[in-house]
Amino acid sequence: MSSHFSSPCVTSRRTAAAGLLAVALVRPARAAAQGTFERESLQQAILGFTGGVAPTRGRVTLDIPPLVENGNTVPVTIAVESPPGEAAQVRGIALFNEKNPQPNVITARFGPGARLGARLNPGHAMLATRIRLATSQTLVAVAAMSDGTYWSDSAEVIVTLAACVEF
Amino acid sequence: MARVLINLPRSAKRGELIEIRTLIQHGMETGYRPGPNGVTQQRDIIRSFTCLFDNEEVFHAELYQAIAANPFITFSMLATASGILAFTWTGDNGFAQTETRALTVT
Repeated sequence: MSSHFSSPCVTSRRTAAAGLLAVALVRPARAAAQGTFERESLQQAILGFTGGVAPTRGRVTLDIPPLVENGNTVPVTIAVESPPGEAAQVRGIALFNEKNPQPNVITARFGPGARLGARLNPGHAMLATRIRLATSQTLVAVAAMSDGTYWSDSAEVIVTLAACVEF
Repeated sequence: MARVLINLPRSAKRGELIEIRTLIQHGMETGYRPGPNGVTQQRDIIRSFTCLFDNEEVFHAELYQAIAANPFITFSMLATASGILAFTWTGDNGFAQTETRALTVT
């Protein structure tokens, strides 16, 4: 009888423990799933630009105001600087976003072809434009160098008035 | 013809990194936005921008809906010789416009 009495207590404790465990297991799993879902298109866009190579952080400076009042025109400057002594030229610059309807913002290339590139395009390059942001999100700028390396920088922005909503 | 503003240095030294600033008047309709009648408006954007220096490509950019209206594009270029810069914008609905400027390198 005593076992009958204790059993519900034990089971409830067990279920409580199981419940906690389930929460502990599900929470990170869901967070991870959400993270990969949101990042996937950004990540895929970046890998599509680099041809499957994960870019290294550095050499690129992504300059954007951290707090954006109007998402319809946000000034962005991307600068790439090679350390002195490096012969690689900047082949291209691309900017990607996390939460706009499309992951691409702008994809630029600087003087393709080794001959032209060497003549017209040094290891430093700059690109500036004005972009639209649908919501607060992360932006990633990637630079492609002539030696086949890819460099990146990211920035987080908070948007108070989103683009694409006004009539 | 859309209005265009192009800003480049009046003269540059050989080997100097110059900055070329361009602005073109264009609505850049994203295709995600409803019009006054509630129906989503068709996409109408400038899709590409190219700068040629003496008919050789110096800079090319593909633009997407995330570029703000009246696309403003600034890029750097190494001044090596005097020549003609040709800027071309192309986009949806047969949009195409070309402007030329002379670059003087001393």
